[in-house]
Amino acid sequence: MQHSTLRFVATICTLEGITWADTVPFLSPTTIFAPTSTPAQSIFDLSLFVMEVTGAIFAVVFSLLVYSVVKFRKKGAADGPEPAQVYGSSQLELAWTVIPVLIVVVLFLASARVIASIQNAVRPADAIEVTVVGHQFWWEYRYPKLGVVTANELHIPVSDPAHPTPTFLTLLSADTDHSFWVPRLAGKTDLIPNHPNSMWVDPHETGLYLGQCAQYCGTQHALMLLRVYVDSREDFDRWIQQQSKPAHASTTVSEGQKIFEQTACINCHAVAGTVANGRFGPDLTHLMSRQTIASGASKNTIGNLIAWIYNPDVLKPGSKMPAMGLSVQQSAEVAAYLATLR
Amino acid sequence: MSAASVIGPESNIRWNSPARGPVGMYCLIAAETAIFVIFVVAYVFYIGKSLSGPQPHDVLKVPVFLTVCLLSSSLTIHLAVRFLREGRVGSFALWWLLTIILGAIFLGGTFLEWRHLIYDEGLTIQTNLFGTTYYSLVGLHAFHVTVGLLALLTVMIFTFRGDVRMQHAGRAEVLSMYWHFVDVVWVVVFTVVYIVGR
Amino acid sequence: MPAESIALPLTDTARPFTSRLHQWVTTVDHKRLGLLYIGFALLFLVLGGVEATIMRIQLIRPLNNFVSPQVFNRMFTMHGTTMIFFVAMPLVFGFANYLVPLMIGARDMAFPRLNAFSFWMTAFGGLLLYFSFVGGDGLYGGGGAPDVGWFAYAPLTAQTFSPGHSTDFWTLSLLVSGIGSIGTAINIITTIFCMRCKGMVLGKMPLLAWLNLTMAGLVVLAVSPLTAAQLMLLVDRYMGGHFFDTQAGGSAVMWMHFFWVFGHPEVYVLVIPAFAFASEIIPVFSRKAIFGYPIMVAATVCIGFISMSVWAHHMFTVGMSSNANTFFVLSTMAIAVPTGIKIFNWLATIWGGQITFKTPMLFCIGFLFQFLIAGLTGIMLGAAPFDWQLTASYFVVAHFHYVIVGAILFTAFAAFYYWFPKMSGRMYNETLGKWHFWLFIIGFHLTFDFMHVPGLLGMPRRIYTYEPGRGWDIWNVIVTIGTFFQAAAVLIFLGNLIWSYFRGKVAGSDPWDAWTLEWSTTSPPPEYNFATIPEVKSRRPLWDLKHPEDPDWQYE
Repeated sequence: MQHSTLRFVATICTLEGITWADTVPFLSPTTIFAPTSTPAQSIFDLSLFVMEVTGAIFAVVFSLLVYSVVKFRKKGAADGPEPAQVYGSSQLELAWTVIPVLIVVVLFLASARVIASIQNAVRPADAIEVTVVGHQFWWEYRYPKLGVVTANELHIPVSDPAHPTPTFLTLLSADTDHSFWVPRLAGKTDLIPNHPNSMWVDPHETGLYLGQCAQYCGTQHALMLLRVYVDSREDFDRWIQQQSKPAHASTTVSEGQKIFEQTACINCHAVAGTVANGRFGPDLTHLMSRQTIASGASKNTIGNLIAWIYNPDVLKPGSKMPAMGLSVQQSAEVAAYLATLR
Repeated sequence: MSAASVIGPESNIRWNSPARGPVGMYCLIAAETAIFVIFVVAYVFYIGKSLSGPQPHDVLKVPVFLTVCLLSSSLTIHLAVRFLREGRVGSFALWWLLTIILGAIFLGGTFLEWRHLIYDEGLTIQTNLFGTTYYSLVGLHAFHVTVGLLALLTVMIFTFRGDVRMQHAGRAEVLSMYWHFVDVVWVVVFTVVYIVGR
Repeated sequence: MPAESIALPLTDTARPFTSRLHQWVTTVDHKRLGLLYIGFALLFLVLGGVEATIMRIQLIRPLNNFVSPQVFNRMFTMHGTTMIFFVAMPLVFGFANYLVPLMIGARDMAFPRLNAFSFWMTAFGGLLLYFSFVGGDGLYGGGGAPDVGWFAYAPLTAQTFSPGHSTDFWTLSLLVSGIGSIGTAINIITTIFCMRCKGMVLGKMPLLAWLNLTMAGLVVLAVSPLTAAQLMLLVDRYMGGHFFDTQAGGSAVMWMHFFWVFGHPEVYVLVIPAFAFASEIIPVFSRKAIFGYPIMVAATVCIGFISMSVWAHHMFTVGMSSNANTFFVLSTMAIAVPTGIKIFNWLATIWGGQITFKTPMLFCIGFLFQFLIAGLTGIMLGAAPFDWQLTASYFVVAHFHYVIVGAILFTAFAAFYYWFPKMSGRMYNETLGKWHFWLFIIGFHLTFDFMHVPGLLGMPRRIYTYEPGRGWDIWNVIVTIGTFFQAAAVLIFLGNLIWSYFRGKVAGSDPWDAWTLEWSTTSPPPEYNFATIPEVKSRRPLWDLKHPEDPDWQYE
């Protein structure tokens, strides 16, 4: 295929690949006002309270301002007498100091309570543990107790409020600062190199939750997207089982696999059970189990894969994966090999 | 309303405003203090955190003599300014010169200490966190000493040319405030680097 | 106009252009330096506005490709850096320079040569920053302008992640202009303490002087930490240091602490002079003395102190302990109290007055409403768990633009219109002024009211594009449309300034029937400000002169 045709195909795939058909509650799949997990819910409850208080303050002061600006317009002759000069009033000053202080104390206590409930939550023994490593511009996920390594699409089990099974995330970074933000699940927490952080979620509803990196980390910060799949317990266990297996091995070594293993691909990428064990880029062992590639930037289709391998800058300009100098034909063969990694 | 009008009747109240020089110098000292605080905080935070390389107790020797020199120079400059205020320019010149010499000894000694650390102990600004914070903090202070010395030298040159007189005592005092500040900073740096951090 | 007045060069045709230019370049007069600062700020306002417009066009629809991500990232970095350091700070210093000596009855600032030096350092810093577009590898299409965000978090600024010189342009230009800022702050403090006219004890100074004193104190204490952090960054980048080198055990969070120890007081450096303008203008157009002068002073000084203890509310998501987060919630909420007190005092000043809606007052009224809203969204952000959702999203971008544009720029416009007659000797065109106001306020609200919504719907900041289907699209369109109203309004404003300078009605020394000392001298003032240094007995010396039967000093 000609280069320009390839670009055209990739563009089409990009466009059609990223219109999500999920039901969109409350105007947006990433609204902060539709929590389905305890931390997000606690924040939501606090936010309602804070907005009620600030809304009341706004109503009162706004009305006073409007009233004063209307009522005290200058009427009459341009050089009439000056109005009465009032220099101050101790009682008023006291009143509008004491009342705000009380409001501040209330808001502070409300916030302090939620901070403690979220940050000091006890980690139960059977919590799912995931180590999240932020990279420029993708997410690495490791389940240390379950022996699973994957990238860009996180799977966690749903949590029954009666018997919670939360997921605790340990947040690390391999390079610059990032931030993990899936609004319906929790507030955001940063991933900072040499500064491990921790957060937890316990989603009550299954489904796909969207988010993205929320701390500027370089050129492609905007397309470092988050996709969190909350599965039923059975689906989650099945997913873990599948992810723990080594790569699907076909009986013959395809041309694409040869190119993959003899080019520098294996220096960055890992495919369990083969010679590829690079850590710099996403683990590809079960690439086909993911719906997207390039950390959510494009749908995981053969056309996009070919475009991505041929020249990542077409789909995500400034991404850290270099074009490996493969021809279109070679890229297609590698993509065909990757397509076997279910 | 003409520019010449005076507001209200002339009164006989006494009106003394502070002198500009000391107020300005206090502000400068406040700003410089803020810079040093940040470097000291960085130094303290990184104590014990170097992953490799020489550690403070391995390589640092307490610079007692240099400290005595620098702190004595505060005394000498104080005396110099007092003499100038009394109009004794000759004595002022002598004690001012002593201040410069003591400051120069301090700088020279720092230079020698660094040469030893770099060539004999292998500690550079790149070596580890200790190296980075040590050279930055001590270096920042040495830079301030250098600037101070240049200012003192300038006044010395004016003095030798016979241009400094009793009425300049205020300005000499402002300069001495800066010099005292540099000494106080050294007390803090000395404590943090050579006592607490070792 | 008296022969000694500082007529601006264009109307003074007696001397050759090079001579007039030389006079401006070598001036140490606080009024000229003030005008240089202000002119410089207006130039950079246009540049920063162009950068904002480019970003808003890119964001008008999802997956747009008006500019590449590399260019967009440079735009938001340069926009933020320009607006804060080369628009807002110079405006603040320019007005302070011009007004403070006049309002305290002095002939100039305490250190005129330091004043000039500080201005030229700031100017050079701005030029250095913009040279980055063509310096480095700029000319080869690479674009050397910094792209690390205006707060330049480590380790993105390390050599590894920011090779080349773009980050160095950021570091060095701010280092240089920071020295200028500290110099001017030292000048303001010394001038206010040492050069007040007879009778003007600190408790009888105009509020503008008190607030600029507080602002200058904050500059002295807060700009230095940024200078220190930038020196550390240079050590890391060029001497192999490890201050923020996480691979060597260094701390990226430490950069954040140092930066925000500067960054938060910095926003108070910008907003406190805005309060000063409001505190001078609102009383004159309400025909009443400011309500509660002593409390206004105390509240401002309190704000200054507390502002040095809230910085980590910018860091609620970095993983500080719950105790640390809780402390910063407390200090952040606490600062709302003196701030609210000020709003109530302005309200009480208007109350019972006789308001005339000239352009300066229109902008001050806009300020009052907008600052109220900005303060309330600030309280929302101060509740840390709520902040865990709102920070780093378009909600916080909307909040701080509400403060910087809605409060600071609005009062700066008010100050322009109020003191333009004094500075130029001519009245501005009131009709054009009102056009400016209405166009700008419509555009402001279109952009910054609706900007809160995408933040609430999960849109992070600093993204060059976004996915469709997130529910953000329509809001971004509205936000972008508002940009063009504001741009048109600013062009009208600049046109008004220029037109009025040449064709405006002669203003006289006191066109507003005001009460502070600057109105007692000619418009523009002569180089020496006052033929005789005045003596005052109250906070409103001209009120006393105009109302000898009822002077202020009987009530203070």
